[in-house]
Amino acid sequence: MLKDITLGQYFPGKSAVHRLDPRTKLILLVVYIVALFVSSSWVSYGVCFAFLAICIAVSAIPLKSIVRGMKPLVMILVFTGLLNLFFTPGETVLVSVWVITVTLEGVVRAVFMVMRILMLITATFLLTYTTSPISLTDGLEALMSPLKKIRVPVHELSMMMCIALRFIPTLIEETDKIMAAQKARGADFESGSLMQRVKALVPILVPLFISAFRRADELATAMECRCYQGGDGRTKMKLLRYKRNDLSAFGTGALLLTAVIGLVSFGL
Amino acid sequence: MAPILEVQNLQHIYSVGTPFEHIALDNVSFAVERGEFIGVIGHTGSGKSTLMQHLNGLLKPTSGAVLLDGKDIWSDKALTRQSRFRVGLVFQYPEYQLFEETVYKDIAYGPKNMGLEPDEIDRRVREAAGFVGITGKQLEMSPFDLSGGQKRRVAIAGVIAMEPEVLILDEPTAGLDPVGREEILSNIESYRQAKNATVMMVSHSMNDVARLTDRLLVMSGARLVMDGTPDAVFSHAQELLDMGLDIPELTRVFLQLQKMGVDVPSVYTMEQAVDALRKLKGGAANA
Repeated sequence: MLKDITLGQYFPGKSAVHRLDPRTKLILLVVYIVALFVSSSWVSYGVCFAFLAICIAVSAIPLKSIVRGMKPLVMILVFTGLLNLFFTPGETVLVSVWVITVTLEGVVRAVFMVMRILMLITATFLLTYTTSPISLTDGLEALMSPLKKIRVPVHELSMMMCIALRFIPTLIEETDKIMAAQKARGADFESGSLMQRVKALVPILVPLFISAFRRADELATAMECRCYQGGDGRTKMKLLRYKRNDLSAFGTGALLLTAVIGLVSFGL
Repeated sequence: MAPILEVQNLQHIYSVGTPFEHIALDNVSFAVERGEFIGVIGHTGSGKSTLMQHLNGLLKPTSGAVLLDGKDIWSDKALTRQSRFRVGLVFQYPEYQLFEETVYKDIAYGPKNMGLEPDEIDRRVREAAGFVGITGKQLEMSPFDLSGGQKRRVAIAGVIAMEPEVLILDEPTAGLDPVGREEILSNIESYRQAKNATVMMVSHSMNDVARLTDRLLVMSGARLVMDGTPDAVFSHAQELLDMGLDIPELTRVFLQLQKMGVDVPSVYTMEQAVDALRKLKGGAANA
């Protein structure tokens, strides 16, 4: 049951998007988000949409899995849409019932806002779907490495993130096991008042926390056994190197940003 | 008498309709009589654990049925819940499910969920603790202050306290030292005899199952491939080895003797081995 969570899952593949350097993908994501927020017209939104659509097509990620990942965010989307729909002042009033007024401007704005969030999240999904957690943290570490100059522990932060990502599936599996074991002793998670249901979680949470701490302890010992001492003087087996396709990706990103800024400044 | 548990054409498929779909159980059927001690052996991933979780209604079969006392445990919701109490399941490494402040409270968790009277709960907790050799002072200790073997025994007591008619254990001795293993095995045996319970035990230790059980189920590739007395199963020693399973050390020695042309039967216990060797010696002297 818990295994169905897809949020941020990596889909192994060999597409052009998969092969890009993680740094390139991270930078492109930032560029894309800037372009999205600069956009303010149908045409510029259209350009952003087309760019995303092409990226998804190239990545060969099934559209179904992207839609499935959206499910937990439906509430946020609905809420944003409704707020913008009802509370945007405007001149062309379409409907007016009691205190609720819907204006044409409101409708347009609601559509824009929902589109913006949708595209932003889809773009982020595309990054996590096509980049393994390890190369993602590698990329983040490389991009943040200038911060080392002001003594930010960049390597340690990215290592923590990497470990956290790595252990999500393990902990989910563990939760499933503990739930089954307590059910075998007659635990009931599906009925009773809210208070009873919260109480029913104790037999799961206590063993889960204990096992998480045990795992952390074992991992720390194992790392120490292999002389892990943080980022100082640590070299890498797989060095990140920009290739030609990264260059063309940067070119495309720059083109997108210029196009959007151009369109907006010409009032299109 | 009718069998207490009956498994009919059980099939279970994980993640139906996704690329991760795979068959964990394929057309498994067998019946368990009251009071039997059954060993379940099989390679990792052969479907043993999945099978065990069907017997008390934790997993729902994709097709086929599990009958408890002749009634399908999925035919009605109350019956599914009842089956959890009547068929006690001890998971692998059960000590990781302990959560209460004291050993006493942890053992009482199952009986409490059954909705029993406080007096009855108290009786069952003390009795179950007695079966696994946990006494007086230890009942008031935190389960997390116990040794590994003691924790395991407390966890088993937590299931025994529900007084299940069928006790199922998934590798109850995994990761314990020889003394700990013996203790757990004799605890299980004393519960079985005191309550005339039926026991099913998944194990990788062929020596243990050969010594203790009176019937063996062999799982391989999601199917039940052998079902018989240890005698019958271990006489197929070569097939077991081909499946990647182990056989008792004695059986291995005698199999090798047979290959060398010595006229000995297949054995799996020490008594049989001694007998066979005596006969062989006597035969040689007479010749």
